[in-house]
Amino acid sequence: MNSFFSQYGSEIATLTLEHLWLTASAMLFAAVIAIPAGIWLTRSPRWANPILTLANILQTIPSLAMFGFLLPLPWLGDRAARIAILALTAYALLPILRNTYAGIRNIDPSVIEVAKALGLTNMQRLFKVELPLAASFILAGLRTATVTCVGIATIAAAVGAGGLGELIFRGVASVDNRLVLAGAIPAALLALAADAALGLLERHYRTPRQQPG
Amino acid sequence: MPPAIEFREVFFTTPQGRVLLDKISLALEEGTTTAILGRSGSGKTTLMRTVNRMVEYTGGDVLIQGKTNRDADLIALRRGMGYVIQETGLFPHFTIERNVGLVPEIQGRPKLERQTHSRELLTAVGLTPETFASRYPHQLSGGQRQRVGLARAMAADPPILLMDEPFGALDPLTRAEMQDMLRTLLQRLRKTVLLVTHDLDEALYLAHRIVLLGDGKLIANLTPQEFLSSSQPEIRSYIQAFHRGERDPAGSNPQGVQP
Repeated sequence: MNSFFSQYGSEIATLTLEHLWLTASAMLFAAVIAIPAGIWLTRSPRWANPILTLANILQTIPSLAMFGFLLPLPWLGDRAARIAILALTAYALLPILRNTYAGIRNIDPSVIEVAKALGLTNMQRLFKVELPLAASFILAGLRTATVTCVGIATIAAAVGAGGLGELIFRGVASVDNRLVLAGAIPAALLALAADAALGLLERHYRTPRQQPG
Repeated sequence: MPPAIEFREVFFTTPQGRVLLDKISLALEEGTTTAILGRSGSGKTTLMRTVNRMVEYTGGDVLIQGKTNRDADLIALRRGMGYVIQETGLFPHFTIERNVGLVPEIQGRPKLERQTHSRELLTAVGLTPETFASRYPHQLSGGQRQRVGLARAMAADPPILLMDEPFGALDPLTRAEMQDMLRTLLQRLRKTVLLVTHDLDEALYLAHRIVLLGDGKLIANLTPQEFLSSSQPEIRSYIQAFHRGERDPAGSNPQGVQP
């Protein structure tokens, strides 16, 4: 066991960092796209259905196929990490988009009405009322997306993008369960850690509400 | 001096072509309270909402201090009017103090001034600031929330208050307390108030003028005394419907009429 760690320890660390980097970049891109898009959908609700359906369809493409589709594209195909980040971003869009939209739409309409009637500008309404009240919803979306992406990122190794999937694929090819576990356990731990951290944030931003009864 | 609010042949139809306000003309003198009565769907709330353009009327004109609100800056227009609704619409993530001080906050007034002012307003609506300032809306009773809603509406000291069924969801005792509080407050502050209500007694108790709407049309605009003594059939039937329970408690037969 010790010899296994002395042989693979630094590689596991490097690949974990790589995995983290792939996921974090994808989450950043996805959040930058999906949160504003979700806000925009609440302003133009007639687009909500078509856009959410599109994001839904993206979500249903099998991840291995998605990586395969992107491989022959110019510029993207040059660096496997680019493909991985793009694909992971696509998977992360739906939960964030859907939760941003639903979080804002679920705010008590009387609160929005009063915010307008008191003379809050659109931006004041968004930043002082809508986003704080939808924050726990949006964070729940980020949480789902992050956990999904940590898992899917293991498959990015199939196109040579690195990450913990590399150990798993190598382990499968060489029928070495230790290598499979060396990839799978850190990936699972990453997912659990992200889930716990975002879960804490989500609870922190939950709006105080009247207890029923 | 021009009226504080004047409706000139205000007309509103929905995109589907339903007429909700049919050429309503009405003037509200400064410092008076006007109650709008009428059955559900008569256009009461819609008329009130044309004043701060939460509803964009399709014809006629609404004048505020003699100036049309049609091309007024929407934000400035709305900040110049308090707005109180039955559901209160308090911001659940803000403390009571911040709820009350929100309009001064977005106007960029200094924090200390806001805090002092919020506390004064809480006292004015009958809430002890020491107890309530740091609480959240969900920790308050319905009546207390409504008091906060009123304090918030008055935070920027607007000359006009728009109130839509403010006490409609409260129990009769709390409602009576709120009406007393509002009456005392309005006698002191002399705001121009447009009060939409279902409650005839509330209208008689609080208002200088009573306006009755029916199917989007103005049926009457009278003082409370004139309203009570009017022989106009629509008014008689409104009053009778409202006081039916008092004449005939729980289906008893006080007149002794034989069945």
